Amino acid sequence: MRRLWIGLTYLVFFLLIAAPLGKMTTEAFSEGFGGFWASLSRPEALHALMMTGLVVTVVTLLNTLFGIMMALYLVRANWLSARLRGLLNSIVDLPYAVSPVIGGLMIVLLLGPDSALGAVFEQIGVKIVYAFPGMVIATLFVTFPLMVREVMPVLQEIGSQQEEAASTLGAYGWTTFWKVTWPSIRWAVIYGVILTVARSLGEFGAVLVVSGNIMNKTQTATTLVYQDVENFNVTAAGGVALVLAAFSAGLLLLMEWSKRRKGVH
Amino acid sequence: MNSLLRHKGWTWGFRTTILLYFVVLIILPIMGVYYNSFSLGFSSFAESISDPIAWKSVLLTLKLAVIATVINVLLGTMIAWVLIRYRFPGKALLNSLVDLPFALPTAVGGLMILLLLGPGSLIGGMAEKLGFEIVFHQPAIVIAMIFVTFPFVIRAVQPLLEELDPSEEEAAYTMGAKSSRVFRQVILPSMAPGMISGGMLAFSRALAEFGAVVLVAGNIPGRTLVSSVFIFGEVESDNPVGAAAVSVILLTLSFVILWLINMLQMRGRRS
Repeated sequence: MRRLWIGLTYLVFFLLIAAPLGKMTTEAFSEGFGGFWASLSRPEALHALMMTGLVVTVVTLLNTLFGIMMALYLVRANWLSARLRGLLNSIVDLPYAVSPVIGGLMIVLLLGPDSALGAVFEQIGVKIVYAFPGMVIATLFVTFPLMVREVMPVLQEIGSQQEEAASTLGAYGWTTFWKVTWPSIRWAVIYGVILTVARSLGEFGAVLVVSGNIMNKTQTATTLVYQDVENFNVTAAGGVALVLAAFSAGLLLLMEWSKRRKGVH
Repeated sequence: MNSLLRHKGWTWGFRTTILLYFVVLIILPIMGVYYNSFSLGFSSFAESISDPIAWKSVLLTLKLAVIATVINVLLGTMIAWVLIRYRFPGKALLNSLVDLPFALPTAVGGLMILLLLGPGSLIGGMAEKLGFEIVFHQPAIVIAMIFVTFPFVIRAVQPLLEELDPSEEEAAYTMGAKSSRVFRQVILPSMAPGMISGGMLAFSRALAEFGAVVLVAGNIPGRTLVSSVFIFGEVESDNPVGAAAVSVILLTLSFVILWLINMLQMRGRRS
């Protein structure tokens, strides 16, 4: 019996995870290392990887900053009534329930060329949809809960006594945060950052809708993979996808590591 | 005094910025979709929905998501059980591999399935000879959904199994219960909350999945066109109102599921 269950588990992992990964790797190298290299050194691939890097950097910075603040307010803010905090708290999770495509559609509806806000921005000369800002906004929407949800439980757990003690002793808000709050939420923040990087690296649906997938302009690595598949250029798609998969696997290792640290602290 | 004023101003600025960020980024877009789908009146919403391609895509998505969820609950419970209860070589590796589908970009997941099962591949060729068609047909969509929602049930059931007090099981055995009965009356009830909440999360994620599905589905209206891909098509063909109408249905469904999960968790915490 025991043997059977373990064997079945191995089978599921093999079929669902190992075999597809292996197949993709062989496909990426089906024309040798040269083919793999050629698929990556295409100008559009380099540009797409750069765009992904840019989006990941900007989104991670913003989401970390606002996520920590939001978590602090949701747990600590006395100037918000408890009921309002409860409401905001349940809204934080909504992006989880929203399909990425719908997330992208929301941005297009709200800020697209046909909308009132979009028209205003167009007059100032700022393009949002089908340009970099829109992609950042879409990814921020998708990644929003990740940081808040990592930091909030830690804040709840440590309680506010130490912080109150610090401010009673005359420390400024800023000092209290750095000396008292930060050391205890540090590992949760790091974990949240890794989650955010992984999610924004892999975001596809929302970015595809918002960016318009314009080659050498708004194309990211994931949308390039999609376009390569649509063009039946599977080997090139495999090359780019392999790079993305390698990054994700690395992030997964980091996640395991920081999860252990988070538990230890 | 001056510094105090400045201090207050900063605090206010901070608070407003954070709340504004939240409202603009999360609340406004969601309200925008609801507003847009009803912007031309309820009749145009009904018209967008009664388009056979639209409602067939919603039904198809529901059907396939249910199949994927059921398979996932069964497989996930088994894997959670094996990973907690047995010791065997490679256990730690498998345990970390569970999260890989979360970490991988969904488009990469779709591509992997496409390559493995596609027409030119070994498995795809064999299935074709047997008269099965996988890629660009419904089975591929189900496989893609299973792939992206794989970790949910496992991660929901594992902590419950870990907490399960072995003495309960031992007591049942001592009193002469057969192992099948112990499983049904002791182990299954303690895993059930995880199976339900994990299954619901997997279901809502399967409903929403786009990246993996769009690559492996044939996207033929009425047969392999799921709602998220339908929405994408409507946006591409410049019909955002039609897209918003279907989005409203999907969103409402997901919100209800999210709310149910929250209720379940609250009830679980209270008892």
